[in-house]
Amino acid sequence: MTAVTSSSPAGPRGQSVWSAAWRRLKSDRVGVASMIVVLLCLLLVIATGLGLFASDWQQEVGVPNAPPHFVGPAPPEAIGTIAQPKGPDVDLSDVDPLAPRYKEWAERALKYKTAAVARAETLPLGGDNLGRNVWKKALKGAQVSITVGVLASIVATLIGTLLGGVSGFFGGKVGDLLEWVYNVFTAMPSILLIFAFAVVFGRGVLPVVMILALTGWTGTYRLIRAEFMKHRVREYVRSAEAIGASRFSRMFKHILPNVSHVALVQLSLYVVSFIKYEVILSYLGLGVSVDQVSWGTMLSEAQSELLLGYWWQLAVVTVMMAVFVTAFSLFTDALRDALDPKLRGLE
Amino acid sequence: MAAYVIRRLWQMIPTLLGVVLLVFFLFKWFGNDPAEVLGGLNASPEQIQVIRDQLGLNKPVLDQLLIFLRQVVTLDWGRSWATNEAVSHLFATRLPATLTLMVPILFLQVLLAIPFGLTVAYLRGTLVDRTVMVLATVAVSISLLVYVIVFQYVFAFRLGWFPVQGWSNSFWTNLTNYSLLPIIVQVAVALSPYTRLYRTFFLDEIGHDYVRTARAKGLSERVILLKHVMRNAMIPILTNISVALPDVFVGSFLLEVFFSIPGLGRETLLAVNRGDYPVIQAFAIYIAALTMVINLLTDLLYKLVDPRVVLK
Repeated sequence: MTAVTSSSPAGPRGQSVWSAAWRRLKSDRVGVASMIVVLLCLLLVIATGLGLFASDWQQEVGVPNAPPHFVGPAPPEAIGTIAQPKGPDVDLSDVDPLAPRYKEWAERALKYKTAAVARAETLPLGGDNLGRNVWKKALKGAQVSITVGVLASIVATLIGTLLGGVSGFFGGKVGDLLEWVYNVFTAMPSILLIFAFAVVFGRGVLPVVMILALTGWTGTYRLIRAEFMKHRVREYVRSAEAIGASRFSRMFKHILPNVSHVALVQLSLYVVSFIKYEVILSYLGLGVSVDQVSWGTMLSEAQSELLLGYWWQLAVVTVMMAVFVTAFSLFTDALRDALDPKLRGLE
Repeated sequence: MAAYVIRRLWQMIPTLLGVVLLVFFLFKWFGNDPAEVLGGLNASPEQIQVIRDQLGLNKPVLDQLLIFLRQVVTLDWGRSWATNEAVSHLFATRLPATLTLMVPILFLQVLLAIPFGLTVAYLRGTLVDRTVMVLATVAVSISLLVYVIVFQYVFAFRLGWFPVQGWSNSFWTNLTNYSLLPIIVQVAVALSPYTRLYRTFFLDEIGHDYVRTARAKGLSERVILLKHVMRNAMIPILTNISVALPDVFVGSFLLEVFFSIPGLGRETLLAVNRGDYPVIQAFAIYIAALTMVINLLTDLLYKLVDPRVVLK
């Protein structure tokens, strides 16, 4: 964004779209606050991705289902322990067929050293069923979920913008063909498409990104196509054509910068909905692979844990998700207001 | 009117054809080999070959497509590869469960969001309005999944007000017993975005001149809101319902999976996991056709609410 603002010459020409939008955004207190939260979250995600935080999330540091610090250690289990027999020990060595080898085994066992790991009774925000730190797990899960959401939104926006641009700019046969593709994709409820793509692409971060992008591009396509159709016949584009600008340069150099704010708003709307979809896909077992953790996989674990009274994993994921997604939606609203003042107050 | 309906129905054909091609090639080119899925882990190569022959998977792709197209035209979908159940029967028996969920959800969320939205619009700018808006934003940001887990735990497991999950053969038991909790979850989740949206619609109308005129001639605020504003706001609300319909599908599909309800959504997920092409293809086309017909009905309803609308 800064690159664009600095490249536009200051002067009587007036403000560029971006600097005007930036000014409006700065005056929106909720917008600025939510932007800061979003940026902090994204920094956290990048740092986690680089391995600065939570790289040891798979370490089993606590006892299974260790409660959070503020709850205190779990009371010792009373059920399942067998009462010690009271009578004197009976010597079985004359009937025990293994008795002669006990000594040999004891010697061999001494050759191996086992380090007894002290497992923490409580963890800062509790532990999961293997005793992994829920806080670190949630950070790692946030990294995966947010990365998926952001990447998928970028790919979906690219597809939608490109196809929408081509369809709106050229119209005619090409436009009709793309309209047909659009109609086909929107005729089916997205969930059916997502299920179908999910089985076809398999599991993992990249497949999920592709699934969400390939099913989600239609919204951007619609909007960008309308914008291109509107701008195609504007005077500045006709003038560019008159001085010999190629179709490619008219599309991407002249029109695109003028409609890119539409795509940007759509992109941030996508992030929120794609993160939610990733959670559901992972829960259904169609999302990230088994050795990864995401908010969705954590929630699916949390469901059975909740029945046993271990609520912390659910709570941590829910709060993290609520904070990030709320901040992102508020930021999206502010961004839309800033980029398109005509829409202010809508929704 | 009749000409309009006929033209709209006619326009559905290329779209449906596209759905057919998309589903067909998606699975043909990228999907797993259904013969291997059906044969299981211990099948010998010969057995798999036999299955492939049986299913017609060894024929040229174009022939397979033609066979499939004939099935679409004759509405004879054949049988599920996994269960040997006729696909039309499968669809007919699973649709009622989905509708038992979907129809109440659709009606409840619209009928509840209208008074909510109207109230919040009436109280615009006050603390109540802002609190509701903030709560709505936060509530939307939490995954549907969390609501399902928490509601199931609290209301079904802890308090025992509803069954945790299940389904029966009787429509009434289903509606009054098993489908209650899923419906409540979905309506609770959808209510806040709908309230937010409808508030905008109402606020839009309240800003118009006719409201000022009505106020000037001394009508009470109640009459203005309920009679004048409401009628006009119904147009964007109706449009929104047709836009939101796919979301209701998505919602009820997921609820079926979470609550083990034998509807279309769960069946689709099962079929997708088993690579059961006849079922997936038929469902995709059925659901696409259903969505398009409902969209058409909404457009006709539109005309009913607003006589100014010209259908073209």
